[in-house]
Amino acid sequence: MSNSPVSDGKLVGKAVRRREDPRLLAGRGRFVDDIALPGMLHAQFVRSTVAHAELSSVDVSAVRDVPGVVAVFTAEDLELGDIVAQLGRPLSEFVPTAMPVLARDKVRYVGEPIAIVVARDAYAAEDGLEAAKVSYATLPPVLSEEAAFADGAPLVHAEAARNTLVDVSLFATEGIDGIFDAAPCVVEVDTRTGRQNALPLETRGAVAHWDDREEQLVVHTCTQIPHQVRTVASRCLRLDERAVRVVVPDMGGGFGQKCVVGREEIAAAAAALRLRRPVKWIEDRKDALSASFLAREQHYRARAAFDAEGRILALDADVVCDMGAYSCYPFTAGIEPLMASAEMPGVYKLPAYRVRGRAVTTNKAPTGPYRGVSRPQYVMVMERLFERAARRLALDPVEIRRRNVITEFPYKGVNGITYDPGSYLESLNLCERSVREEGWYEKQAAAAAEGRHIGIGYSCFSERTGYGSAAFAQRKMQVVPGFDISEVRMDTSGAVTFTTGTMNHGQSHETTMAQIVADELALDIAKVRLHQGDTDRITYGFGTFASRSITIGGSAVRLAAAKLGDKLCAIAASRWGVAPEEVELTEGAARRRNAQDVLTYEEIADIAYLRAHLLPKDIEPGLSVTATFDVFNDGTFSNATHACVVELHAGTGQVEILRYVCVEDCGVAINPQVVEGQCRGGIAQGIAGALFEQVTYDAQGEPSATGFMDYKVPTAHEIPDVLIHHLETPCAFTETGAKGAGEGGTIGAPAAVLNAVNDALRPTGVELDHTPITPETVHRALNGAPSLESSS
Amino acid sequence: MNTDPVVTHPDLQLITLDVNGERHDVITEPRRTLVDVLRHELRLTGTHVGCEHGICGACTVLVDERPVRACLMFAAQAEGSSIRTVESLSEDGGGELNDLQRAFSEHHALQCGFCTPGFLMLAEGFLAERPDATKEEIREVVASNLCRCTGYQTIVEAIDACATTRRRTCATPCDSPAGKEH
Ligand code: FES
Ligand code: FES
Repeated sequence: MSNSPVSDGKLVGKAVRRREDPRLLAGRGRFVDDIALPGMLHAQFVRSTVAHAELSSVDVSAVRDVPGVVAVFTAEDLELGDIVAQLGRPLSEFVPTAMPVLARDKVRYVGEPIAIVVARDAYAAEDGLEAAKVSYATLPPVLSEEAAFADGAPLVHAEAARNTLVDVSLFATEGIDGIFDAAPCVVEVDTRTGRQNALPLETRGAVAHWDDREEQLVVHTCTQIPHQVRTVASRCLRLDERAVRVVVPDMGGGFGQKCVVGREEIAAAAAALRLRRPVKWIEDRKDALSASFLAREQHYRARAAFDAEGRILALDADVVCDMGAYSCYPFTAGIEPLMASAEMPGVYKLPAYRVRGRAVTTNKAPTGPYRGVSRPQYVMVMERLFERAARRLALDPVEIRRRNVITEFPYKGVNGITYDPGSYLESLNLCERSVREEGWYEKQAAAAAEGRHIGIGYSCFSERTGYGSAAFAQRKMQVVPGFDISEVRMDTSGAVTFTTGTMNHGQSHETTMAQIVADELALDIAKVRLHQGDTDRITYGFGTFASRSITIGGSAVRLAAAKLGDKLCAIAASRWGVAPEEVELTEGAARRRNAQDVLTYEEIADIAYLRAHLLPKDIEPGLSVTATFDVFNDGTFSNATHACVVELHAGTGQVEILRYVCVEDCGVAINPQVVEGQCRGGIAQGIAGALFEQVTYDAQGEPSATGFMDYKVPTAHEIPDVLIHHLETPCAFTETGAKGAGEGGTIGAPAAVLNAVNDALRPTGVELDHTPITPETVHRALNGAPSLESSS
Repeated sequence: MNTDPVVTHPDLQLITLDVNGERHDVITEPRRTLVDVLRHELRLTGTHVGCEHGICGACTVLVDERPVRACLMFAAQAEGSSIRTVESLSEDGGGELNDLQRAFSEHHALQCGFCTPGFLMLAEGFLAERPDATKEEIREVVASNLCRCTGYQTIVEAIDACATTRRRTCATPCDSPAGKEH
């Protein structure tokens, strides 16, 4: 493709065509299931068919006789260490639990892996599964928050009393009860959000083999966090970390589900190590739906006090997150309640705050991070509280937000966080104006006159994106992510290879990061190439989550590129006998200011490597530099306002989205087209959570979602076109001015959709606070039947 | 004990497949799906598997120029048909992207790219049959496959833009490969 302009220092900010596209479009992407190694075997897992039981016996002897089966291993055979996620909090606040790679004595959810069957192909491995005989001494399953907290409830983990893994009360403003007592307006919400699957289209998977020459276990796996997978694999298998290499090929999405260490990839690696043959495991969709990491099942009870003008005075919230059977590594079961507790006040000037956050363990598939992590839920709570207060005080829903959003920066919140500058009020105003200019308020009025139900809903939010080590340290995770390292290396031809510790799974890193380097070095982008996702090539990295890639990874990349630029200048300066400040880099060459002297990068590289005797003593041969970047304050905050227009259909209860408008501010947009793509994709997932997707469990703990017939993923029918407006408040704390754009869409959409539905329901007097919003609920509301919500 | 499946498996069959204009003789089990044979025996890994139960469309290929879900068909059932996979789209089978692929790139109609081969083959088959498709009809067809990354809008726009250009260029006789499709 002819898309390699010489950088004039201004590729950043342009919709540079994606460099990953040609191979992906031609079918030459390489995803984990595309890897085939000589002698490769295929693994499948014997999984628990019951939700809660002691394992009486696991008899896999007949499995070995199934044609094509090569081996079968149970926990006893593999003797692996457990996966244990840790928070540095007292036992009263956090109870660590061990997640064995294969279940040992007990199973805790339907789908829990019990044995790994290895066969000559996946079909034969599946045949093998049927020959396994597992007998269970079943225990009563714990399947809801209420059941988990009940007196005398069965314990999912013996060590976790009342099935509570996390119980923290991070904030409690003194005198808050008095504020509530005296307030002219107090409103409450009780919201529940459904258990969701992040659902990358490519399921999880791994191909592992022992490399005799390197004396290394090589694990190709689709993970967002290659280095953390290496750490866990080396610990579980009791190998030095250097004896494990994790390599990530192209990834078909992740959205957080691939941001935690799975048991299956470790088991597949262990089998490969045992057999000294390559072993491939590719998760099928049934397992991906029911037994992968899930997310989002949360229950909030919140109260807010307002003055007569609609200004918020206090917020009191109780957050319970159903984390399922295990604490995920490295984030732990604290990921959702801690996020919610710390950041619930969001974009609003909140003077008093009290919150309790709990993680409850149940006999359901474990949860992990999912795009947005708790923010879609607490934003929904805040936005419902404001809507409710607006109704109570007869204020316009946009006006009440206008009176409450933070307008002066830096702002230190009641949650102890200092927010960097954002465009909270501007985005709200622009979003409303955009909706008005398209005439939606008139259309709404006209529809109402015809007896149709159109509603308009908004949501305002900010999201912390640049979580540096300091911000993560406050979570007290034992693994404290935050910094990133980048190496930038020029070869003798003047071409550049650079690394990032972040991990692309659809966010266009190969393009956006290259834009940064090309600009910094004034180099043709075609001469710049990214390496990511290989623990042998990259010193260390925390991967991609929390929208940190461009914010933190991109900053490290820029710093490293600048450092290489300095070295290029220094070498050129030494050749000319001038000070480095006399040298500038343009169009792939060093030039002496106000003179004719030019050294191309090839010429400088030739000196640095092939004629190093020409270098002065204080300059080392070679052109490889490394830089790290971290955010040392509370982080950076992207922000946005979303608006959604819906029509409710009285006959069917269907919610149709007529319009969606998003005003986003992620600071400097390195590639605006990529940012828009992230917004649209995120909004689609947010709408999915608001209206469609949910994993439920029956009384025995069988999950409802085992195929796409049961788990309703929205298609192009259900997802509307999205109008996007950009605002740009450059970030002061990052090298790129970027703030991060991966998650915002998902965060804003559920609240906007829910508020729009409630606006359309206004004449009925019904208010809905739960998602997903089912057609049945809407139908009942429109037809005067009692609401379903109280019973759920 | 395990030995090479080709030698030992009880019921193997020899099938002949015509894929991207090339003839392949494959010895395989009758139960193997078309997508597995394409991906794992012929090593045409461009076609992807997202669900194995006919919903996501990631495995869409053209069988006799019609979009078909290759996970719902046994390879043996495809004997005698002509099969086209995403690998056939690039104009010289490995170089220049065709107009549909270029439209996807221009419109940012792919992020992770996992669903992309399925959407490309869906669109390729559909536009060949309905070159005059309206944007709304294109949206209908796009709704047959799942994408988890893009929110679909850009996929619809890419296919619509490609169709529009094809119609424009083919108003007069043309010999572009795109033109030959319809
Ligand atoms: S893999 Fe064939 S439709 Fe999903
Ligand atoms: S681009 Fe990722 S699933 Fe469509």
